[in-house]
Amino acid sequence: MLRKLLIGTALASGLAFAAHAEDVKEVQMLHWWTSGGEAAALNVLKQDLAKEGYAWKDVPVAGGGGDPAMVALKAMVAAGNPPTASQMLGYTALDYAAAGKMGDITAIAVKEGWDKVVPAALQKFTVYEGKWVAVPVNVHSVNWLWINKAVMDKIGGTEPKTFDDLIALLDKAKAAGVIPLALGGQNWQEATMFDSVVLSTGGPEFYKKAFNDLDDASLKSDTMKKSFDNLAKLVTYVDPNFSGRDWNLATAMVIKGDALVQVMGDWAKGEFHAANKTPGTDFLCYRFPGTDGSVVYNSDVFGMFDVSDDRKAAQAALATATLSKSFQSAFNVVKGSVPARTDVPDTDFDACGKKGIADLKAANEKGTLFGSLAQGYGAPPAIANAYKDVVTKFVHGQIKTSDEAVTELVKAIDDAR
Amino acid sequence: MSTVATSQIKLTPEHARPRASVRSRLQDALPKIVLAPSFAITIVFVYGFILWTIYLSFTNSKTFPSYVITGSRAYQRLWGWTFDTDPPSSWYTSITNMGIFGFLYIFICLALGLFLAILLDQKIRGEGVLRPIYLYPMALSFIVTGVAWKWFLDPGLGLEQTLHQWGWTSFHFDWIKNKDFVIYTVVIAGVWQASGFIMAMFLAGLRGIDGEIMKAAQIDGATTFQLYRRIVIPLLRPIFLSAFIVLAHLAIKSYDLVVALTSGGPGGSAWLPSNFMYEYTFKRNEMAVGSASAVIMLMTIVAIIVPYLYSELREKPQ
Repeated sequence: MLRKLLIGTALASGLAFAAHAEDVKEVQMLHWWTSGGEAAALNVLKQDLAKEGYAWKDVPVAGGGGDPAMVALKAMVAAGNPPTASQMLGYTALDYAAAGKMGDITAIAVKEGWDKVVPAALQKFTVYEGKWVAVPVNVHSVNWLWINKAVMDKIGGTEPKTFDDLIALLDKAKAAGVIPLALGGQNWQEATMFDSVVLSTGGPEFYKKAFNDLDDASLKSDTMKKSFDNLAKLVTYVDPNFSGRDWNLATAMVIKGDALVQVMGDWAKGEFHAANKTPGTDFLCYRFPGTDGSVVYNSDVFGMFDVSDDRKAAQAALATATLSKSFQSAFNVVKGSVPARTDVPDTDFDACGKKGIADLKAANEKGTLFGSLAQGYGAPPAIANAYKDVVTKFVHGQIKTSDEAVTELVKAIDDAR
Repeated sequence: MSTVATSQIKLTPEHARPRASVRSRLQDALPKIVLAPSFAITIVFVYGFILWTIYLSFTNSKTFPSYVITGSRAYQRLWGWTFDTDPPSSWYTSITNMGIFGFLYIFICLALGLFLAILLDQKIRGEGVLRPIYLYPMALSFIVTGVAWKWFLDPGLGLEQTLHQWGWTSFHFDWIKNKDFVIYTVVIAGVWQASGFIMAMFLAGLRGIDGEIMKAAQIDGATTFQLYRRIVIPLLRPIFLSAFIVLAHLAIKSYDLVVALTSGGPGGSAWLPSNFMYEYTFKRNEMAVGSASAVIMLMTIVAIIVPYLYSELREKPQ
């Protein structure tokens, strides 16, 4: 009995060893792009990999969204069983790299010349201590206005060039009996709008100092106070039921013509497309007034884990395919974002996408490409969330004046540092 | 039964005794063997992780656990936030909400549950239909309850909108959008869900009361009110204990209800300590602060439940 068992074990381990000697032709991928358009976009990547002989295996996450996925990922990595790669946001990849869990794909990066084509600001989130640990999939930007064209024509509005223009436009909409500003009263939506307000009020230099460098003097400056005042002005144009509303419901208000404008990242475009609306004829995309020429971005990356040697070939194939021009174009056309490399032709993109690509390229060259603090690309999560707390408390009235808001912002950021 | 027992004794021969003793020893040990895995699991996954959480709260753990003790900075920060009332810190909001929610939820559920149970106990027709109607909300998960009430209470979607369409346009009920009242909507949804279950507990208790005592009291001339006030309710004391413990732990672990119903409320005004703990541990990568808040939650439960259990259970042996 015992001997049989021993032989069995020996055989099994022998088999396992034999299997290990060859490369595993499989990519294990943790992501939460499971809904309609996003899943279809990701299918392109699956097919590209299938052509090279790599099977795709989704790592299932209960719950679906980003937060449960990150908790699941933490558990997998802690158990020493990381997937080949995982969708990641913000500082996550760097945190894992600091904990020594990420692989090193610098060799591929050098071969493919990613240094030159991936915007420098973006590389901050994919390169850790000189080593490439992640591959960017897309670049979203948050300083956009999404406007219903029919309503715009009805009230006779034109593209707002300054913040005061925007207020005048919102007044017109109010007079016409339309909800001027569609906003979802959740902290990240309010803070995402505030990112644009700060960039518009203080300009690119100020935004960078305050929200990327966390410079104390800028944070407590009068410009920041003025930004909060401007935010308070905007909030007077929302409908009374805005608190707690999801962002896509706010977008739906603009699509249906119940509201004139939404300040939201370019993922809102996906909702317009899903409702069969075309840019230019049904809806308009403008940069938030006073922010043209700058791009406040966030980006999805695929973090590459330190996997066993037999899985490295699959990982390399995944990394190469992800940053290939064809996938970058195909994926981002559907997703609403723009490619994470600046040399992808914009032929397949719609008007808003073409503007986004041109803006990203220009901002990259001018050095006006900034991480969004609300989306967790300006500072680590502890600080980004402290910031969101202050903004949301200001919007909902727990913090009453802009003076108090500035004091609280400085205090909260200091506390979280 | 007795015949079987005697025949077994008769049939057991002398020489079979050692085998029987192995068997009986096995029988003695069986409960322990069966319980051992669940006991071990409880020790590790409940008490072990309580200790681990306490340990982490004294480290500077951020995204990942760190095992270097760095002192009580996490507690100092929480202590500082406890007195940050203007503007309210998230921690201050969480603990005051816990007080409001915990008290109202437990009190209203007990009162309403008892009241419904007394009404249902009047030997009415159709009790078999009514009882499950009240009881079934408990079968729903907090998420379902939360989403249903979120739609119902939304001024642009539910009750207010409907009444406006029916013509009562002055009706106004926007608590769920109001930072000062949003926590009360959590109480409403929570009470709706749990009071039927508490009713069933009380009903079982009422059914267990000896009818003779009631009759004796009635002969002595007690009014119905006196009957309930002096006899029935005091006799239900053990049910109050069980119901209180069930409700107290439901209140303290409430997390999903707040998320589903309010997604945190306007400006985070509906947070409970459990929301605070999750936010800080998993979203803000401040694991030490999250652990410290979890420890404080545990201490609160211990501070409330232990004296209560002690005072209630001490009288048992007499």
